[in-house]
Amino acid sequence: MTRFNWFNTTTLTLGFAFLYLPIILLMIYSFNESRLVTVWAGFSTKWYQSVFFNESFINAAWVTLRVGFISASVATVLGTMAALVLNRAGPFHGKTLFTGMIYAPMVMPEVITGLSLLLLFVSLDFTRGFWTVTLAHITFSMCYAAVVVSARLVTFERSLEEAALDLGCTRFSAFMQVTLPIIFPAILAAWLLAFTLSLDDLVIASFASGPGATTLPMKIYSQVRVGVSPEINALSSILISVVAVGVVTASLVTKQAQVKRMKEERLAISSN
Amino acid sequence: MAVADITSPSEEIQETSSPSSGWGRKLLIAIPYIWLLIFFLAPFVIVLKISLSDVILARPPYFPNFDISEGWQGLLAMLQAFDLENYVWLTEDTLYLNSYLSSLRIASISTLLTLAIGYPIAYAMAKAPKEWRATLLMLVILPFWTSFLIRVYAWIGILKKEGFLNYFLLWTGIIDEPLMILNTDTAIYIGIVYSYLPFMVLPLYAVLEKLDISLLEAATDLGCSPLKAFWVITLPLSLSGVWAGCFLVFIPAVGEFVIPDILGGSSTIMIGKTLWVEFFSNRDWPVASAVAILLLLMLILPIILFQKQQEKQAEASQ
Repeated sequence: MTRFNWFNTTTLTLGFAFLYLPIILLMIYSFNESRLVTVWAGFSTKWYQSVFFNESFINAAWVTLRVGFISASVATVLGTMAALVLNRAGPFHGKTLFTGMIYAPMVMPEVITGLSLLLLFVSLDFTRGFWTVTLAHITFSMCYAAVVVSARLVTFERSLEEAALDLGCTRFSAFMQVTLPIIFPAILAAWLLAFTLSLDDLVIASFASGPGATTLPMKIYSQVRVGVSPEINALSSILISVVAVGVVTASLVTKQAQVKRMKEERLAISSN
Repeated sequence: MAVADITSPSEEIQETSSPSSGWGRKLLIAIPYIWLLIFFLAPFVIVLKISLSDVILARPPYFPNFDISEGWQGLLAMLQAFDLENYVWLTEDTLYLNSYLSSLRIASISTLLTLAIGYPIAYAMAKAPKEWRATLLMLVILPFWTSFLIRVYAWIGILKKEGFLNYFLLWTGIIDEPLMILNTDTAIYIGIVYSYLPFMVLPLYAVLEKLDISLLEAATDLGCSPLKAFWVITLPLSLSGVWAGCFLVFIPAVGEFVIPDILGGSSTIMIGKTLWVEFFSNRDWPVASAVAILLLLMLILPIILFQKQQEKQAEASQ
């Protein structure tokens, strides 16, 4: 049972080929000289050059990064608060509604979330643009952040917090000195998830955005509707590489930090 | 006395770990709560209101000048002005009914396909050597992080008439003429299976990995064939993962917009796309709102079932 048999090997090979081949093909053909996407005509990086000289791409990328950074940061703070409310605040009036509002946006079809937020912005008379997209992204990504942080709080050894309180810490300083360092990898993961969710989002951004603020997915979408273009292949390859490198690095770093923390936690408990 | 000694410290801890008062706690609850009330719950009330409004009354002169104060002037008058006109309209035009039905059909078929492909993958991952599992898990999760839109877009180059798949199949001699896959339902199925495969594999893997191998060994010792052992032990014990995976694929697939829009043809209508067109092209906000409300109603049952199933699982794991 601890070695691969032929069935499992075949299944995994085919499965991962299915998951990765389309992306790999796209990346390979982003270096294609020819404008015809499926005919190989020699290696070239000219499409990458044209992406970097395309001002509308650069502008959209800039908007997307700013929206992503702001929304991920606010969403992580709100999401961490929400996770604490779910796990630490005890019962209160309307907790069921609160829990529902945390989980619902994750299963809500994006078209509905987008439409409803847009109608809210319109009735509040907000000018649609950069900030409305940011507000929309904060709202849906804070729920994911809450779930990620919540998952860590559930497995968290509560006796450590209690020990800090017994030793005369206030609740706030117990949180800052004990809880926060321990759940920090989860908070980092939550931020990263919120950031990539914001980077990826097309549907909600299309509803919430106005004339001045076109995000990169919106830009890509408007081009994709026309058909396959090598420029989009190049742009996509850049985005995928950046995200993949970021995610793999972050997961390795947080894993290491987590292992270290767990060791310390266990040590603290056993020496207790 | 001894009893009192044992109980009193735990009472103390209870008190300190969940203080019932304190403005810090109230603030902690209030901030995310109010945020969600304003940006999640209130929008739905507005959608509901607009879906019940008259087409002319609620149609804004385009984006900015929509004035809701008309509604606040007299709440009663507004309530009286509400009618189900937009919903009646939805039943009169077969486009909407067809959209709902074809969304359900496409989502169901793709969910089953995803299960058929995801189950063996999750099974093989759970049976892989321990030191490999973390890497395999990472490989399944990684596509989930990369842009959904780009992953769907990547299939255009594969599926189109002069795309990679046809090129490959012609080259191997399996087919003589290029297949028309892009802009058909098949392309939508492929797109949904591809995009949502991680959602299916992850819950299945979580269940299968925890499966007690001694049960299978016992079955083999008692003369069960491996296939039968799978059928009577592995499959029933992994059912909670099957349900979780199916819901996680089915629910978003029903309201999917990007996949049918990019990979599907003009003849395929799905409700997410209909809503989008109603909103962006026809600019009929009340009808778009009514479509959204009905889509929501359609999904409430699966969402509640999913929630119940998750709760049951959480209880079981405790």
